[in-house]
Amino acid sequence: MSDQILMKGNEAVGEAAIIAGCRYYFAYPITPQNEIPAYMAKRLPEVGGTFLQAESELAAINMVFGASAAGARAMTSSSSPGISLKQEGISYIAGAELPCVIVDMMRGGPGLGNIAGSQADYFQATRGGGNGDYRVLVIAPASVQELADMTVKAFDLADQYSIPVMILGDGFLGQMSEPFTLPKPSGKNFKKPWALTGAKGRKPNIIASMRLTPEDLLEKHNLKLQKTYQEIEANEVMYESYLLDDAEYVIVAYGTSARISRSAITELRKEGIKAGLFRPLTLWPYPYKELKAVSERAKKVLTVEMSLGQMVEDVRLAVQDDAKIDFYGRTGGMLPVSEEIIRKVRSYGG
Amino acid sequence: MEAKTADFKYVYDRPKSLVDVPTHYCPGCGHGIVHKILAEVIDELGIRDDTIIVAPVGCSVLLYNYIDVDGCEAAHGRAPAVATGLKRVHKDKVVISYQGDGDLLAIGTGEAIHVANRGENITTIFMNNAIYGMTGGQMAPTTMENQITKTTPYGRDTSDVGFPIRGCELVNTLESPVFIERCAVYDVKHVLKTKRAIKKGLQNQIEGKGYSFIEVLSMCPTNWGISPVKSAEWVKEVMEPYYRLGNFRDL
Ligand SMILES: Cc1ncc(C[n+]2csc(CCOP(=O)(O)OP(=O)(O)O)c2C)c(N)n1
Ligand code: SF4
Ligand SMILES: [Mg+2]
Repeated sequence: MSDQILMKGNEAVGEAAIIAGCRYYFAYPITPQNEIPAYMAKRLPEVGGTFLQAESELAAINMVFGASAAGARAMTSSSSPGISLKQEGISYIAGAELPCVIVDMMRGGPGLGNIAGSQADYFQATRGGGNGDYRVLVIAPASVQELADMTVKAFDLADQYSIPVMILGDGFLGQMSEPFTLPKPSGKNFKKPWALTGAKGRKPNIIASMRLTPEDLLEKHNLKLQKTYQEIEANEVMYESYLLDDAEYVIVAYGTSARISRSAITELRKEGIKAGLFRPLTLWPYPYKELKAVSERAKKVLTVEMSLGQMVEDVRLAVQDDAKIDFYGRTGGMLPVSEEIIRKVRSYGG
Repeated sequence: MEAKTADFKYVYDRPKSLVDVPTHYCPGCGHGIVHKILAEVIDELGIRDDTIIVAPVGCSVLLYNYIDVDGCEAAHGRAPAVATGLKRVHKDKVVISYQGDGDLLAIGTGEAIHVANRGENITTIFMNNAIYGMTGGQMAPTTMENQITKTTPYGRDTSDVGFPIRGCELVNTLESPVFIERCAVYDVKHVLKTKRAIKKGLQNQIEGKGYSFIEVLSMCPTNWGISPVKSAEWVKEVMEPYYRLGNFRDL
């Protein structure tokens, strides 16, 4: 226990990024993630890094584009409305096959909504708002420890596949203080021969998403991206199972909703009701196969979200049995209530 | 192309940093002229190995195919942000943001002002051709009063869409930039002046002085619907009186 420290989720993300070797961070302020830019503004100069408050989220994501094209590990963070503005840049980053880490501490929407935690941007994160056939690897931690661990992992995944990776949290997670152990750097070293470093002794490198010429067909480029995505789907799915071996009722939830669902399950088990939790940690790639296997043994699959039903679409795709599907969601910055989850699951028993 | 006779000597050649491929530019276009003098300056300063160029979205989107240095794409208007990211990582490299008037003064106004205001140690080349070339000749923020374009078929009505924006004057309101100059490329004399300004802009960067902004009044015969010769005259007679040529700042 002695190596544990106490930090807010947002600060833990910042420190973990520095541990991962990120020295370039660009962002525009927005609640509820303001502790990240504040932390980076203080910490990055101490480690010889660069913090720059951009004039907008548009600028911030494009500064990340530039720093990543230069070969550096770069990160930006924001919350829902700011992520909307970053979509253009994310599409370009994906198209140009650049690595980067984007943190989204979701808040209530649509529009300005409110500043409380929310999960109403599952679609935005996993389906994207940018143009084109691209994917963002999305990781949804559920604790401060996991935020930190996954931030380190996110940089490795981004470099390994040259893809934007998103840490998808919410305002509650970002603001919450929990004791955690600082993650260790992975020690992995990724070569970037494509980086723009000045073309000394070589032909110029060009970083671009545009493919105009027949030899360089855009379809070919997209098929190459697709191959990377398939590799990620095959190798990088992450999820957690809790009391699923004998579960008749499977609750599917991620992030903050999963924490609440977990406590509901503890209560249900005390009553002898066999409930368990399936918690996707990667939202793309989604653990379709794994959830399908679990749901086949279950009588009911209840999805709990802080939205009015977004991830539940992936749950349907996985389960492929609409009669088994149920949904409970709160939105606009409201938390799902444990008692309501318990009441729902009890009702399945008849 | 070896000179065979001792009586001949080379007095003029393609700049080494200009890639030997046909460009996609129309006859009389200003982009090709500025690419060439930029390549010459890169050769003269010996910075081919240390330069990273950011191409805009606009007719010069393929800039990185023509200049033999590391090149980077930027979304429409975002070149200054991309250049900032590159420069913050490679402080010892020469980073050039090359932008059109729609790119710099419409969709990318925010990025353009803030990169200048930060005094980012980069060089901006701003190609003002008073029109959107790439998309087929729509009104630009720099389109002249009463100028006819695809989206101002009755001429630019300043009471409706405002007056053409003067980039140099705007940037000149900021404290940080060290060099601001407006040039033209409609004749040899002005091409040489433009070359000197670009060279100064890059030298400033190499010396770590800060942000340089070079605006070039450029020709777009295709979308202006007049010949290259007439286009050159139009810059001189219509654009130049509104967009004063000359140096605004040289610190
Ligand atoms: C976000 C976005 N909006 C619009 C376009 C379409 N578009 C491409 S180039 C351009 C205008 C370019 O004009 P300018 O910057 O003046 O460059 P020029 O072609 O005149 O050199 C526009 C509107 C785009 N590519 N991306
Ligand atoms: S359309 Fe205009 S700006 Fe574009 S290449 Fe042709 S002349 Fe040049
Ligand atoms: Mg133009």
